[in-house]
Amino acid sequence: MSVVERILSRAVMEITPGSIVNLGIGLPTQVMHYLPDDFDVQIHSENGILGAWKQAAPEQMDPFLIDAAGAYVSLREGASLFDSAVSFAMIRRARLDLTMIGAFEVDAHGNLANWKIPGKFSPGIGGAMELAQKTQRIVVLTTHTDKHGNPKILKTCRLPLTAKACVSRIISDLAVMDVTDQGLVVREKLVEISDADLQALTEAELTFATEGGTA
Amino acid sequence: MKKNRTLENAIAAIPSGAVIMVGGFGNPGTPFSLISELVRQGQTDLTLIKNDANEAGHGVSRLIENGQVKKLITTHIGLNKGVIDRMNRGDVEVQFHPQGMLAEKIRTAGAGSFGFLTDIGIDSEITRPEDLLDWQGKTYKVEMALSADFALLHAAHADWLGNLVYQGSAINFSPLMAMAANHVIVETPDLGAPGCFIPEQVHTPGAFVDSVVPLASLTSDYGILEHHVRR
Repeated sequence: MSVVERILSRAVMEITPGSIVNLGIGLPTQVMHYLPDDFDVQIHSENGILGAWKQAAPEQMDPFLIDAAGAYVSLREGASLFDSAVSFAMIRRARLDLTMIGAFEVDAHGNLANWKIPGKFSPGIGGAMELAQKTQRIVVLTTHTDKHGNPKILKTCRLPLTAKACVSRIISDLAVMDVTDQGLVVREKLVEISDADLQALTEAELTFATEGGTA
Repeated sequence: MKKNRTLENAIAAIPSGAVIMVGGFGNPGTPFSLISELVRQGQTDLTLIKNDANEAGHGVSRLIENGQVKKLITTHIGLNKGVIDRMNRGDVEVQFHPQGMLAEKIRTAGAGSFGFLTDIGIDSEITRPEDLLDWQGKTYKVEMALSADFALLHAAHADWLGNLVYQGSAINFSPLMAMAANHVIVETPDLGAPGCFIPEQVHTPGAFVDSVVPLASLTSDYGILEHHVRR
């Protein structure tokens, strides 16, 4: 299994039946493809869709129907379409149960940074601030380290924050970690790795409470 | 009164230096034909207000690449590396807002109000001390309404009174911008006579629309972008 597949196949288990879920640009939007076709969920896309679903067959693909990342989506039965003010009213009124979101950095306090690397790559805020501040549960999907091998899971974020203390859980390619008052607690390991080796790849201090982990 | 205009006449109303809202989130809702004509006519020093910068070579990205834009007020340009590079070089000023805040600022202007109070981004670097308001024991961020000289929109269907119906995820900012701009120009591939809509189904009432430009056909800009198709 690739790094991405490992993250996504674990992430899909976070989605509970009957929930309303937003999937952010990057890894999260791909989680939809791991859901069974009959799964009871409403995917919210901030460009104005409640009930977005997997890409249609080529001859039925609609160029006027995309998700927030530009991918072509279809609509499930019971879907609704609306303008951006309504879409974000839904977010700010906390009608979403879960948002999965990407990160440049995430830290032991549940702070999230994912909109600005000053002078280098600033994609912008998009829906991230409102989703992070107002969704009931935020799960971050991220590689454990960046492409240079540097930790992305930090003691304290250094980049400008998207929102403070908003993250409940972090799913990386190596582990599932919960943000608690005592810092990050490792709940599961997704690969064979020792506690010491996992800690070495993580700037934040980890405590270990794995149940039947693979290490 | 018929609001039909030719593409050339409708866009000729826009002077250099104008503040222009542009509908669309990614491709859906982007008025590619109106934008192409604005590229052709060459007005400069424009301020654009759009959710994103489209992608390289498409939509508002062409206006930016052509040096016609001095400022972009937006939410996310992550799918357009070229515009990020231009921003980093200082060729174009980019102002980011949280997406729902941009929508609500536009909606507020469209409703004839002047601002609203929020807690979004209140403890982030996008909030300056002078944006804060203490009121009855709580602290809020003041967000001011955002209006524009022009709005350029795409509607799936329109009648010549300016009643509009949007399609799919192409609604996004368009009905908000239609209410917030002083002069609203709409392109549509399907222009009908009054009576062609069920009144309850009209998204934007014609009172907000100044010019309707019929399109003979939709170019490939409006089609499927192959690199976004999942294989």
